[in-house]
Amino acid sequence: MNNYIMAFVVGGIICVIGQILMDTTKLTPARILVVFVTAGVILGTFNIYDVVIAYGKAGGTIPLPGFGYSLAKSVMKEVDEVGLIGAFTGGIKGAAGGITAAIFFGYIMALIFNPKTKE
Amino acid sequence: MGRRIGTQTVEIESKPRIIGTYNIVGPKEGQGPLKEYFDKILEDDLNGTESFEKAETSLLYTAISESIKKAKLKEVDINYLLAGDLLNQLSSSCFAARDLNIPFIGLYGACSTMAESLSVGSMIMEGGLANYVVAATSSHFSAAERQFRLPLEMGSQRAPTAQWTVTGAGAMVLGKKGNFPYVTHVTTGKVKDYGIIDVNNMGVAMAPAAVDTIKQHFMDTGRKPSDYDIIATGDLGIIGREFTEKLLLEYKYDMKGHYMDCGEKIFEAERQGTNAGGSGCGCSAVVATGYLLKNMLKGKFKRILLVSTGALLSPTSCLQGETIPGIAHAVSIEFGGE
Amino acid sequence: MKVEEKTIRKKFEKLNSDNIPKPNLLLHCFNSFWVGGLICVIGQFISDIFSKMGIPKDELGTYVSIVMVFLGAVLTGIGVYDKLGDFAGAGSVVPITGFANSIVSPAMEFKKEGFVFGVAAKMFTIAGPVLVYGIGSSVIVGILYYFLRW
Repeated sequence: MNNYIMAFVVGGIICVIGQILMDTTKLTPARILVVFVTAGVILGTFNIYDVVIAYGKAGGTIPLPGFGYSLAKSVMKEVDEVGLIGAFTGGIKGAAGGITAAIFFGYIMALIFNPKTKE
Repeated sequence: MGRRIGTQTVEIESKPRIIGTYNIVGPKEGQGPLKEYFDKILEDDLNGTESFEKAETSLLYTAISESIKKAKLKEVDINYLLAGDLLNQLSSSCFAARDLNIPFIGLYGACSTMAESLSVGSMIMEGGLANYVVAATSSHFSAAERQFRLPLEMGSQRAPTAQWTVTGAGAMVLGKKGNFPYVTHVTTGKVKDYGIIDVNNMGVAMAPAAVDTIKQHFMDTGRKPSDYDIIATGDLGIIGREFTEKLLLEYKYDMKGHYMDCGEKIFEAERQGTNAGGSGCGCSAVVATGYLLKNMLKGKFKRILLVSTGALLSPTSCLQGETIPGIAHAVSIEFGGE
Repeated sequence: MKVEEKTIRKKFEKLNSDNIPKPNLLLHCFNSFWVGGLICVIGQFISDIFSKMGIPKDELGTYVSIVMVFLGAVLTGIGVYDKLGDFAGAGSVVPITGFANSIVSPAMEFKKEGFVFGVAAKMFTIAGPVLVYGIGSSVIVGILYYFLRW
């Protein structure tokens, strides 16, 4: 139960940071996604984001910095295992599931559904 | 023969009449406060076609062909079709013109196209070079969103200054005779850019152009706001309209009681979630052919100034960091005075 | 009335800086907090289910992201995610479901232009930068890590 509360709070806080950026700066949602992912990579590299995940569990992994975090961790793991070439293969390997799912399910949804005008 | 007066205005002596009009709008506009003034309200904004672009073409085609019928004419009687829209390469107008047997001149004025096409049409009539001219324009919410903004199904929040592109088309047929509202003056605007870079703040970006054209119209004609029953800007929205009123006071022109904005009036912002109001070429077109001209025919307005306003940005110019230039064209229309 | 245009421009700039309505920050933060938090709770729940099914800890992340991406894709397809986005703002953009939404929404949108140049080509118009900068920065990290090994 405690896990759920922490996931809620930590995830919520990360989203609020995003909301403040959206409302007070000229950053568009697309740019904010880029900032968050890159921040996740950097924070994951220096083991800072690990603290967020230790406390927040899914509250850290589900928001986009978590995606960046997993990119960082996989690339470092890959470099440990195969050397320099791992810098090029590690990131995508770690994110493979999420990216491929997005491509595959995105295509299927486009097959089935049509966009509707907003009301 | 007409003459130039002042620096930007042409006096139209032959008084070309607006002998037929037609407008057609989408479902959302049909639920707004001006719904009784629309000739046709769609239930489905695809209008039975396969894409939003094809729907917009069909709206414009319908508006043009029905306005010609209303004027008791046939396509072959019309000497010029002047039309434009927001889409790349004026798609809606070009494809609507493809199905019409009328010599076609495409115009781009963004949302100022209604007054722009009416201006050019009136000047052609004044030159004695046409018997009948059609001025028309259209816009479609979903087609505009696709081209200028984000995909429809994308989760995003609209800024409080954002405006809602109107789904609608309006057409006016100009002729030489008949007891109809007629054009007396045309003031052509210059492009004005006061450095607004926020694409969600277009009404404000266009306000300087509206102010410049309106003040020049008054200076050239010697008129003042109280000479008009109503001065209607195209789509400055709630905030742009407020700015325009305040800025015209600097020129000692008090617009109070004589001024409205079509974008502000076409939707009920609170109930319909349209933030700062409507926008798009179709906005001033459907409000002019609907609320304004129909009330003129009823005798409610004797003299109006239609000032359609346009934002001349492109998706590329925004990404390159350019600010948003605006333009506004004014047409003075009278009825019942003579 | 002889007025200099630069006077008008100055007044315009003043009106612009003073009079533009600002979004309701407090309400937006509140909504993004609880919607974003709720999406993370759902993710945690899914993670726990997979964990009970015996999925090893280091693979859990991949399983959960695939399911969350699927959820985001479906909600976009049925036309719900844009309404969620309007309400929750960053609460819908920041979680990985928002990433899915940013891929699925242009894919659906550009279907009219066909399946090669429409759906397939335009799918990454919004999410592309996320991949470029995410993967790009991971390469830099990898190279630095190789030489500096911390």
